[in-house]
Amino acid sequence: MMEKLTILADAAKYDAACTSSGADRHHQAGMLGSAVSRGCCHTFSADGRCVTLLKVLFSNVCAYDCAYCVNRRSNDVPRCSFTPRELCELTMGFYRRNYIEGLFLSSAVIQNPDYTMELMIKALGMLRREYRFNGYIHAKAIPGCDQRLVWEMGLLADRMSVNIELPSEESLIKLCPDKGKAPILGNMAQIRDGITQSKSELALYKHAPKFAPAGQSTQMIVGATGENDLHILRLTQGLYRRYGLRRVFFSAYMPVGSSPLLPALQSGYQPPLLREHRLYQADWLLRFYQFTAEEILDDAHPNFDPNLDPKCCWALNHPEFFPVEVNKADYEALLRVPGVGVTSARKIIAARRHAKLSFEHLKKLGVVLKRAQYFLLCDGRQMDGLRFKWEVLPSRLTALPDAAAGQQLSLFDAKGA
Amino acid sequence: MGYCYRYDGTFPGFLCAVRDIYQYHEPPALFLLADDPTPSLYEDRWVATRPVLADRVYDRLHIRMGRRALLMVEEGFLTCVPDREVLLCRFIDFALQTGKGAEKRLDNYAVLELGKAIRHLQRECELLTGFVRFSDYGGLLVGEISPKNRVLPILKVHFCDRMAEETFLLFDRTHGEALLHRPGETQIIPAQDFQPPPPGQEERAYRALWRRFYDTIAIEGRINPKLRQTHMPKRYWAHLTEFQKDDAPSLPSSS
Repeated sequence: MMEKLTILADAAKYDAACTSSGADRHHQAGMLGSAVSRGCCHTFSADGRCVTLLKVLFSNVCAYDCAYCVNRRSNDVPRCSFTPRELCELTMGFYRRNYIEGLFLSSAVIQNPDYTMELMIKALGMLRREYRFNGYIHAKAIPGCDQRLVWEMGLLADRMSVNIELPSEESLIKLCPDKGKAPILGNMAQIRDGITQSKSELALYKHAPKFAPAGQSTQMIVGATGENDLHILRLTQGLYRRYGLRRVFFSAYMPVGSSPLLPALQSGYQPPLLREHRLYQADWLLRFYQFTAEEILDDAHPNFDPNLDPKCCWALNHPEFFPVEVNKADYEALLRVPGVGVTSARKIIAARRHAKLSFEHLKKLGVVLKRAQYFLLCDGRQMDGLRFKWEVLPSRLTALPDAAAGQQLSLFDAKGA
Repeated sequence: MGYCYRYDGTFPGFLCAVRDIYQYHEPPALFLLADDPTPSLYEDRWVATRPVLADRVYDRLHIRMGRRALLMVEEGFLTCVPDREVLLCRFIDFALQTGKGAEKRLDNYAVLELGKAIRHLQRECELLTGFVRFSDYGGLLVGEISPKNRVLPILKVHFCDRMAEETFLLFDRTHGEALLHRPGETQIIPAQDFQPPPPGQEERAYRALWRRFYDTIAIEGRINPKLRQTHMPKRYWAHLTEFQKDDAPSLPSSS
């Protein structure tokens, strides 16, 4: 058991998604567990990532040979599979002790996608029906499987995902000859339609079966192939708009393959962690700050500035938008100010109903002025003692501690290259 | 000049003190526990806890300041902010003057400070819903925490829902309290110096599995201890299974 857990958790660790959010479910008679919509982190691993689900592969016996993947057929690693019962015992044992929030089940492709899906569905079905597990389940659909299997799995899982793996079709053809863009997007559309169908049924019948109530997500590997940031961001935006995804995850490529098509270990490759960070920052701007991909990057600047976050960059390129008046600006305008986030903007709006706000008030509210001071006016006035010209702003903002941390990271990258 | 109120440390006791403050127009400067031997410079006022009176004060506050502000008083009472009772009294005073909606007046000192204290409490609760570790002693689950705030009344809601049909005990070492849950029955009882029994074979095996999983899941290329510590402050580590050492054998029934 120890061996299997080690092998299959090790094989699953490159999957970025480990969230347990989006589903709200209370205790049900005879079952163990619940799900909270805001999610819950149970621990943080040494790399600082949240661990909320028991993230394992059902099996790492893979029929495919994707160049970027540890579990590819041609890689010489120990292979094994869980039996459904072992997986259920392990999940229940961990869940009762409050180690985990639920199960994240992915798998290598055993023989073919349909067969793998059937095995996974068998395990998940046993967990739900026989072990009466009511906690969170995140299941990966295997691209290219049958629609009925997707539907069956969605009824058991809270969240489903299909990995888009690489940001463009050319890379996909180059690195994973067994997978294609069409089956991946096909499954994604099936999940989307399942969710829509289940929602409309639920509106009519309270007890209609729930299909993936926490929505679907996907992930892609950044840095293994040559796409630029604008391409990735446009793709992300398209996925959110067209497939109604909850999240798109990015993972900086870790050197696990030796294919000549990949950035190799010997050339001193360092995982592009800063780039991944900037992509997540931009992802947040897309989802919560009402930005579009074209606003964040354009064809003249197709990549992120390593020294400044995307929001600051946007602000510096749009001097006509600033300064923003704290006491009058609407929510959308406040959100565009670097250093003001959703929480701060809401607080400002709530507080200014009762009193006219000054910079002192903002500080007391907990609005961080480090960056925001350059872009705000309170009652027509700048912050006391603040003197600057717009032209020097980039250097001032880059000199801030956060930005400096970013710089250190990029230095680290440069050192490796 | 204020007075030193001495009460029994319970929420009804505090409500009775609030009633006395307004009844006799004697503003509080300090609150102490009735059995606290600390002398104070202020004149002492002894508060007798009367549940019926406390209920009346509670209902009255509910009408005067609204549900949300009253909820802030209740949650504020669980926080660890210094002089929380005096802060609560200032908040109550402000809310009684303002009427409903006082909790939104972030320009007021008491509202802001109480809000911060409550967020600290909620943050700690949120972390602890994940960081509590139970051990299985033949069907009885036992967990231990040492939080700064009194989190048990809030954690109760989460854990009693999640594990409604389990029997568990969650011990708060800082405040000497324990949450005891049996199917259909939940209570928070005072408990001093609780020691869990030594773990059994199966329990140790699961702990070892969990430690192994924890060690395996980190990606070597991205090790980042500072980030981990930001998300998971070190004061929680003492009670986390993944950081404890134990040379347990593997599952007896392992394959």
